[in-house]
Amino acid sequence: MNMMSDPYASRKSWLGLMAKAASADVARYWATMDMAPEYTVLRSPEIGGVMVRGRAGAIGAAFNLGEMSVTRASVKLPDGTVGHGYVQGRSKDHALKAALVDALMQTDAADTVEAGLLTPLRDAVTAHKSERAAKAAATKVEFFTIVRGED
Amino acid sequence: MYVAVKGGERAIDNAHAWLAEERRGDTSVPELSVAQIRTQMTLAVNRVMAEGSLYDPDLAALAIKQARGDLIEAIFLIRAYRTTLPRFGGSNPIDTEDMACDRRVSATFKDAPGGQVLGPTFDYTHRLLDFKLAADGEVGDAPVVAHNQTATPHIMSFLDRENLIQSEPTGADIPDDLTRTPLELPASRALRLQSLTRGDEGFILGMAYSTQRGYARNHAFVAELRIGAVAVEMDIPELGFAIEIGEITVTECETVNQFQGSKTQPPQFTRGYGLVFGMTERKAISMALVDRALRWKELGEDNLGAPAQDEEFVLYHSDNIQATGFLEHIKLPHYVDFQSELELIRKLRREAQDNISREAAQ
Repeated sequence: MNMMSDPYASRKSWLGLMAKAASADVARYWATMDMAPEYTVLRSPEIGGVMVRGRAGAIGAAFNLGEMSVTRASVKLPDGTVGHGYVQGRSKDHALKAALVDALMQTDAADTVEAGLLTPLRDAVTAHKSERAAKAAATKVEFFTIVRGED
Repeated sequence: MYVAVKGGERAIDNAHAWLAEERRGDTSVPELSVAQIRTQMTLAVNRVMAEGSLYDPDLAALAIKQARGDLIEAIFLIRAYRTTLPRFGGSNPIDTEDMACDRRVSATFKDAPGGQVLGPTFDYTHRLLDFKLAADGEVGDAPVVAHNQTATPHIMSFLDRENLIQSEPTGADIPDDLTRTPLELPASRALRLQSLTRGDEGFILGMAYSTQRGYARNHAFVAELRIGAVAVEMDIPELGFAIEIGEITVTECETVNQFQGSKTQPPQFTRGYGLVFGMTERKAISMALVDRALRWKELGEDNLGAPAQDEEFVLYHSDNIQATGFLEHIKLPHYVDFQSELELIRKLRREAQDNISREAAQ
């Protein structure tokens, strides 16, 4: 998919990042921002399940693989901006923060949240992925062929 | 007939108190934390997630602790918890092509694009007990090398391009779900795959092994086995678009099996498919073999009468929670049932004795 042509690309990006980030990281970076925005809770944090699907043969018909735990919440800022959060796992605080971040990122506070929370979270995810990829690459087999006998 | 029997409450309470004490074990040994189980018993956690059918490593680790390491009991706890969760919806099918592979091997092509990546595997270990682990040994960091994040295409796609392998039929966007409606036969492939992926690892392994030993003819090559993280995406109605709601580690196995063809169609390889939560490679390979064996009808093959081809046999006996529930209930009080059996056998014996006496008198 061409990210440039997707009008929701940046919102998808921060929502996805908040969904996948570790709850402890979210709490830690949030605290360092020293923000106390006013908001009302539209939907209290709720723990539920999502049925994860796969495809037969990776390309065929969909089938149900099993569920994953997900927590969701929605908030509204005093100016009326609404934010939604869906996060993996069962942390209600994480879901509430995700909803709040979604709302704040649509306001003037976006730069502060981006710099104080989203950038360090993104860096942590990138570093983790890069480390695993580097370890995987170290286990890549380099074949060589042994020639037997003489021509 | 069931008749309620009262009593035994104190015995039950005391038994559970003792269970808690035995679970904790020797208090001079430090207690296991859930985080320790989650991070150091990861393959047990993976099995509980796969067969409990709920991806949540913290809960799986807690269940293992609570169950004293009895994985089927832990799976039972997860299944029970799962039923309490409101269902927010279904994800879009995960795209395993985009997997960040920790491991990726092919038994069919040596020089597959993306390479053979062994990952953290038990393969090629000598299976000798490592007594260093019994001492407090520090582990060195795993080696790293520079990597370029290139795509790792599915190996099947190369065979697909040449039309050498049968294509996969498409199906409904919302597949049948055996957690919502009871499993009925004949089952769609979607239901079979759902049933296999949450089925008991030992049972699926045994069934798969039987196909290798000749019960159902489907010699399989592992075209590809990959393990790694994939994003899970779901449509969110209040947003009006799909977002990533998490990331899960899965194991995928694609097998290539012998041919299918007809007068109008040249021979093509056929496929088996395994996809399982976590790093669960024995299970994923087993699932692919059993999936392939169960496809005999749609591939126009003969029913050889092999157990692995019998979907009723496989699907109705693969669930270890159903099996455990039925099996273990026979140890619970059946006093009244048995009383009637006792009365019956006494009556039969009396009649038999009377007959013997009567014949002797004649």
